Amino acid sequence: MAAFQPHADLPPPSTTTGAIAWVRQNLFDSPLNGALTLLALYLLYLTVPPLVDWALIKADWSGSRSEDCSKAGACWVFIGVRLNQFFYGFYPEAEQWRVNLTIALLVAFILPLFIKRFALKQWLGAVMLAVYPVVAFHLLVGGSFGLEHVETSKWGGLFLTLVIAVVGMVAALPLGILLALGRRAENMPVLKALCVAFIELWRGVPLITVLFMSSVMLPFFLPEGMSFDKLLRALIGVALFESAYMAEVVRGGLQGIPKGQYEAADALGFGYWKSTILIVLPQALKLVIPGIVNTFIALFKDTSLVLIIGLFDLLGSIQSANSDTNWLGFSIEGYVFAACVYWVFCFGMSRYSQWLEAKLHTGHKR
Amino acid sequence: MIASQDAAPAAPASAGTTDAMIELQGVHKWYDKFHVLKDINLRVGKGERIVICGPSGSGKSTMIRCINRLEEHQRGRIVVAGVELTSDVKNIEKVRCEVGMVFQHFNLFPHLTVLENCALAPMWVRKIPRKEAEDSAMQYLERVRIPEQARKYPGQLSGGQQQRVAIARSLCMCPKVMLFDEPTSALDPEMIKEVLDVMVGLAESGMTMLCVTHEMGFAKTVADRVIFMDGGEIIEENEPGAFFSSPQQDRTKLFLSQILEH
Repeated sequence: MAAFQPHADLPPPSTTTGAIAWVRQNLFDSPLNGALTLLALYLLYLTVPPLVDWALIKADWSGSRSEDCSKAGACWVFIGVRLNQFFYGFYPEAEQWRVNLTIALLVAFILPLFIKRFALKQWLGAVMLAVYPVVAFHLLVGGSFGLEHVETSKWGGLFLTLVIAVVGMVAALPLGILLALGRRAENMPVLKALCVAFIELWRGVPLITVLFMSSVMLPFFLPEGMSFDKLLRALIGVALFESAYMAEVVRGGLQGIPKGQYEAADALGFGYWKSTILIVLPQALKLVIPGIVNTFIALFKDTSLVLIIGLFDLLGSIQSANSDTNWLGFSIEGYVFAACVYWVFCFGMSRYSQWLEAKLHTGHKR
Repeated sequence: MIASQDAAPAAPASAGTTDAMIELQGVHKWYDKFHVLKDINLRVGKGERIVICGPSGSGKSTMIRCINRLEEHQRGRIVVAGVELTSDVKNIEKVRCEVGMVFQHFNLFPHLTVLENCALAPMWVRKIPRKEAEDSAMQYLERVRIPEQARKYPGQLSGGQQQRVAIARSLCMCPKVMLFDEPTSALDPEMIKEVLDVMVGLAESGMTMLCVTHEMGFAKTVADRVIFMDGGEIIEENEPGAFFSSPQQDRTKLFLSQILEH
């Protein structure tokens, strides 16, 4: 009997590789697709050149007064003059190094976590979670270690946006996980009912209402003379609000875990918490990375709502600059700048989530 | 052999008899109103190898899943390695440490490598240091003849390889009993043998085994006793020679003629 000889591999036909083949297959493979391609090219021709013309070619970049702008294109001078306020709000200029240091520390802590073969990752992560918030709090608020106290009413700009977004995310994820686990605790009906009630209450209310309640209504219910910091109230409101959304995202992931995983964990003798932490959550959270990041991105943009309770985040400080009488008529530049900044952060988060998904993929690549 | 359904659960005063590894006395179970297990009495000695067969829906999987409390029984008593299964969580965890289980669909943890799958339970349940747990995991992976796959993820292995890893994972806990719930039913025919070979090796080493399977060749060569279940009852049990050559009950005969036809 002759041994089985597999046929040698053949190269693919030449019409299926290369740039021209790609264009033909993907852009002009049918009359409809061809027409849509041409239409898309026409729309790009209509919109992109004028935009580039306005934003780059005819734009004014240097100067310090509104008279320096020709008005033919964008007046980026306006952004340049106000940049400090857009970043730091009214944080005293002499103290702004503290904000920079806080952000630099965050980056310095986070970067090593991206290095693939960094052995102390878990330890660094734990230290960061425990130590960083304390350090950041003392640095930013001050009033101790010889640092001047900076009231939160002076915080603003992108810095305030980042504070609300980061605190919201860091608090919402663990809270959301606990709520999701609670909602699935079939053998603890009271706990389950509490979690369901919490989630449905917060999810059923607009964030604006939550912020209004926290800033306007809450003081009525507190005893006389007792007051919380306005920013703190907003932070708590945002964190609880987002945790309800996060809980539902995480619950979706928990439902995606096959029953066999729980049974295997049970059969090996893992108790509830061990099997949840070691086996169920790593898989469930991986499943819902897109949903978690989606919630984070929404949260990042929702931070702009704090404007209505008188906190001046990035968008708020741009709007207040728009109403400066020396700089009337440049609000488009302000909004474009705000859009670009928000986009950079949101796109960064989106890319990170895709990178993370690819990294955590453990099966066959298809 | 056929049990009366209204018999009160037998509850002798003496807990677990001397060398019985598993003891089921008058076990009943219901799913809602459906009576899945009807007065099951079974005693498995140390080192005994038992094959359980029967048509689907006969309660055989449910019965072995009661032994490590993946399913809860509602009447009767189950004693495993001297520990009675009650709703006491500590007892349940104690029993689960002594009872390994292999599933039809392997149920490996897809986010962990093969080695981590094997070392996880010894590290976190038995509190064995990582190094030691991984060394012993490697030994068991060698025993199931798959040590070269230790750093891969389950999703990168074939079904037969995954099932062998699942067996190694259970063995890493040094169980006194191994339960197999149709371990080869989800495998391609060419992979069944590699899994059965591992199971035969395990049987020869003296492990107490309960195996739900339709592999009659395995039953003939390995089992000390074959149990036939139907409709939630144990219909017949015998040593394999007599079970296959001269079954006593009509239902057993029908079942055997159906599965041995091809």
